[in-house]
Amino acid sequence: MDLQEYISSGILELYVCGALSEEESREVSHELKQHPEIREEVEEIEKALSQLAIGVAPYNPEHLLASLKSKIEDRNGETTIPVRRKTSTVFAYLGWAASFLLLIGLFFLFNRNNDLRESLRTQQARNAQMEQQIADARANAESARELLAMIRDRNTRRIPLAGQAVAPDSYATVYWNTEENQAFIDAQGLPEPPRGKVYQVWSLTMQPLKPTSIGLLSNFTADENKVFQMRNTNNSEAFGITLEPEGGSETPTMDQLYVMGTVSTP
Amino acid sequence: MQQDGLILELQNGNQRAFERIYELYSESTYGIIFSIVNDEKVAEEILQDVFMKIWDNASTYDSDKGRFFTWILNIARNASIDKLRSKDFKNKRQNLPSDNFVDILETRTNYAAATDAIGIKKFIGALEPICKKLIDLLFFKGFTQKETAEELKMPLGSVKTKNRACIKSLRKLVLE
Repeated sequence: MDLQEYISSGILELYVCGALSEEESREVSHELKQHPEIREEVEEIEKALSQLAIGVAPYNPEHLLASLKSKIEDRNGETTIPVRRKTSTVFAYLGWAASFLLLIGLFFLFNRNNDLRESLRTQQARNAQMEQQIADARANAESARELLAMIRDRNTRRIPLAGQAVAPDSYATVYWNTEENQAFIDAQGLPEPPRGKVYQVWSLTMQPLKPTSIGLLSNFTADENKVFQMRNTNNSEAFGITLEPEGGSETPTMDQLYVMGTVSTP
Repeated sequence: MQQDGLILELQNGNQRAFERIYELYSESTYGIIFSIVNDEKVAEEILQDVFMKIWDNASTYDSDKGRFFTWILNIARNASIDKLRSKDFKNKRQNLPSDNFVDILETRTNYAAATDAIGIKKFIGALEPICKKLIDLLFFKGFTQKETAEELKMPLGSVKTKNRACIKSLRKLVLE
């Protein structure tokens, strides 16, 4: 064994502090008895720590020794030969009573343990829920940020769509980014579609009048923001939204045209 | 420093040996206890109990297991921590002492009794903050190496080497 290495490893300091396991401690004790260098080092460590502890002591408790001595003397007087008594039946009963109490105690602890485990599970479930909510909120915030960025983009044009004969009060807005060919449909001003029907968004060219479907506002009811993103690669001159049977139609049902608006020339 | 003959005599029930042991270890033991309970009166009571235990249980000390100093240290820390947890102590002191040995040394105003306190205070100031924490946990509070590593968020091996470096600088300061 390399003594210097052993000494500088720091194990002796932990040994004096009592921070080693019993087994490690025994090993050090063994080495210490064989190597005076180790013993010397340990004594130095002890001396330093002892000085430190003495510094923390409020005063030198010399006066206690007298009362300790008298206690010890009393105790020495007491050390008479212990008398072995016959265990009476009372002790036997006490034994049974104690085991019974222990059993009750154990049962109580078992129950308590189960309760704790149960509440831990509930807490874990609650945590998972919260985490999901946080993730959702984060995703929401992210899409709102994207939307805002898109609306603010210099290449984005805002096309208001006005209510038509079938629903004069409704309205919608198309934000069309002509560079990225993205269109956001803000459909908050549309009524809830009846069951089995869906709104379909059309891009229109005027002469000749040619509608091209660019997407469905599916999940309209569930979507709280009522903002729908779709791809529009057309040279649109106008946009319209019609109510169509579920799944959408090939061509727009013109008497169900809810809103429409033309793209003003920039 | 450890006098094996003296310990043997103590184990044989020699009162003179006990007195000598008291002289050698009582002040540092008192410091350990005080650093945990931070109350002079209570610390004195515990110190008495600890030395009664030393007297009663001297035969259980085994030099194969560790140092006599460490054996006493363990008895003192355990007795102090038991006291801290006891009901009457909690009732008496609503705010548990959070002071460590550094605070105690730094706020100490009466140096008359603790002869070396002024010197100690000076060299405590020279210790690195991490050293103060390590020595507080490992020596005064009796944390194991592993517990200390967890408490200070340090690798296990670093606790060992850093603590060595800390006590080394402490030794240098004590010798000065």
